Amino acid sequence: MSLLTIKNLQAAVDGKQILRGIDLDVQPGEVHAIMGPNGSGKSTLAQVLAGREDYQAVSGEVLYQGKDLLALSTEERAREGIFLAFQYPVEIPGVSNVYLLKAAVNAIRKHRGQPELDAVEFLQLVKARMKSMKMGEEFLYRSVNEGFSGGEKKRNEVLQMALLEPRLAILDETDSGLDIDALKIVAEGVNSLRSPERAMIVITHYQRLLEYIVPDYVHVLSRGRIVKSGGRELALELEEKGYAWIEGGKAGAAAGAVR
Amino acid sequence: MNETIERYVAEFRAQATRLPGARLPWLAAAREGAIERFARQGFPTLRDEAWKYTALGPIEKKVFPLAQADLGKVSEVGAWLLEDVPHRLVFVDGRYAPALSRVGALPAPSLADSLAEVLARAPHLAEPYLREAPAAGAFVELNTAFMADGAFVQVGEGVIVEEPIHLLFVSTTAGCVSHPRNLVVAADGAAVTVVEHYVALGGGGYFTNAVTQIAAGRGARVEHYKVQQENVKAFHIATVVARQEAGSRFDSHSLSLGAELARNDIATRFDGTGCETTLNGLYVVAGRQHVDHHTTIDHARPRGTSREFYRGILDDRARAVFTGRIVVHKDAQKTDAGQINHNLLLSRDAEVDTRPQLEIYADDVKCSHGATVGQLDDNMLFYLRTRGLEEGHARDLLTYAFAAEVLERIRIRSLRNRTERLMVERMAEAERLKELV
Ligand SMILES: Nc1ncnc2c1ncn2[C@@H]1O[C@H](COP(=O)(O)OP(=O)(O)O)[C@@H](O)[C@H]1O
Ligand SMILES: [Mg+2]
Repeated sequence: MSLLTIKNLQAAVDGKQILRGIDLDVQPGEVHAIMGPNGSGKSTLAQVLAGREDYQAVSGEVLYQGKDLLALSTEERAREGIFLAFQYPVEIPGVSNVYLLKAAVNAIRKHRGQPELDAVEFLQLVKARMKSMKMGEEFLYRSVNEGFSGGEKKRNEVLQMALLEPRLAILDETDSGLDIDALKIVAEGVNSLRSPERAMIVITHYQRLLEYIVPDYVHVLSRGRIVKSGGRELALELEEKGYAWIEGGKAGAAAGAVR
Repeated sequence: MNETIERYVAEFRAQATRLPGARLPWLAAAREGAIERFARQGFPTLRDEAWKYTALGPIEKKVFPLAQADLGKVSEVGAWLLEDVPHRLVFVDGRYAPALSRVGALPAPSLADSLAEVLARAPHLAEPYLREAPAAGAFVELNTAFMADGAFVQVGEGVIVEEPIHLLFVSTTAGCVSHPRNLVVAADGAAVTVVEHYVALGGGGYFTNAVTQIAAGRGARVEHYKVQQENVKAFHIATVVARQEAGSRFDSHSLSLGAELARNDIATRFDGTGCETTLNGLYVVAGRQHVDHHTTIDHARPRGTSREFYRGILDDRARAVFTGRIVVHKDAQKTDAGQINHNLLLSRDAEVDTRPQLEIYADDVKCSHGATVGQLDDNMLFYLRTRGLEEGHARDLLTYAFAAEVLERIRIRSLRNRTERLMVERMAEAERLKELV
């Protein structure tokens, strides 16, 4: 069974249509890259999948593990294994990272019928993960993302992902703002999660990340539609020719040619 | 003169000879002057700029007889104690309760005692502060006329009292009024921390009308915590008036959590150069509670620094008022003043009036102010929910975090923990927030 099936998804924000008919099928174990110019709707797609309420799905269907995803609340989706690494992680003054991480891990464990972790067990787990992400322990006691550098925020997202062990991880430009060392650490974190039952949607603007996280499929999003799909080599072609190559022709025609 | 005012005046005539210090001519004259001014001006109305958003009808309509303290009514105060605070003076319905109090040794000539006691034994200590009471409106006049007791804290020159002094006021009698009067005097170079704490035994309404005068000598440091946890039927009117001499520092914290109607007037005046003050505040109201903070920082001398950090959380049909008055006199150059008031509305029916009032007559000054009234941040809520937290949990967590930014400023550990626990207990998701404290 597909892990995620998106059929003709159209979505709007404030009455403005942004997604104009997305089709995508993700099988367990696959990594799909979504590329596209700024403003093409990549983050909108990610947020709709995560359950942001001010993005309305106007039509279409999303099935996750065979169930109607759009009928689930944001937190139910998270508990069912969907994780979104935000393009712009939100700063939450006054809420410590450690509180959020523990609350999140235990909410999800409880949902899965696993016993909740106590403080000691949790700290053991989180410290081990942080070490492999090269994050200092002081991160635990700082407010969530507050005053973090761009790179620290992205690392924090990947740390959360590693702890929550999602079935479907959506990474929204997790590479942007990272230097090459940070990029490698983040990519290692992501790659260590790759497994036959887990799938990932990796949104990126540049193909650089895909050298480290090698995708099975690459899709190009333009003006709210997937206009081209292909293998790993599509990313290289895009890099070479630029997005103008995609946007040059009529978006609809390009989509027709590929599908 | 309306009927309520007549009743207060009549009660004063009947009680005057029995009030503490009645045989002291200067005090009798001060009380007489106060009741006369009160009778003349009456209660403030909405037409008074300083009372524009707080209607006093509920207080004015009712006559509250003076509470006749029965110290036996309170046998223990364990629930309200602060573990790391060894000095405490407990007052029951406004009267000092020695059996419940405990004051450790303070380095001489420092003193922490009942004001009534001081008026009986060494009235000259209190005279400079009571003879010329601050002209701060009807409620201060009423307090001066009727005050029966309160705390007298005096710290001698250069003496640093490390441990805070806890003043606990327990109200037990429905329908009555108490007029606590506190004096906190720090001589030059002295330092002291006082916690003024109002609680109730029982659920009936009553009226507290408190006045606290604070004097900080040259280079002195006074830290004042006011914790208002009256029951939700009570009326609480409180005035804190500080006077600061050169190079002194006054830090104020107002935690307003209870009462049906609460008004806190907090004012300080810089009488010397280089003074500093920080006014912190948190008000948390729900139901039909009304809370009003009226703060005044009087930069009368140059090179003063003042900061204000006030936050409020309102639910249901609650109402809050914040007025931050900052006056910078003509020769108060190099003044640096900053004020922030953030309000969190958890309900559409809650209402806030927040207003900075800056009167600046000097030209070389830095003054900033900002006020916000808003709801919980949608981006933050979404982020937390994508991590699996239920909406209610996320809301309570963010609400708590909003308050925590003020609570972090409380330097007395037991008081901070206690207030954090109180905040958590108010939440629907208390169980899940427990580990925050
Ligand atoms: N909250 C919003 N309100 C209005 N328009 C929005 C909102 N969020 C995104 N958009 C618009 O939707 C389009 C797609 O944005 P986005 O999904 O962020 O693109 P990408 O992630 O591909 O750069 C853009 O034109 C953007 O301006
Ligand atoms: Mg984006």
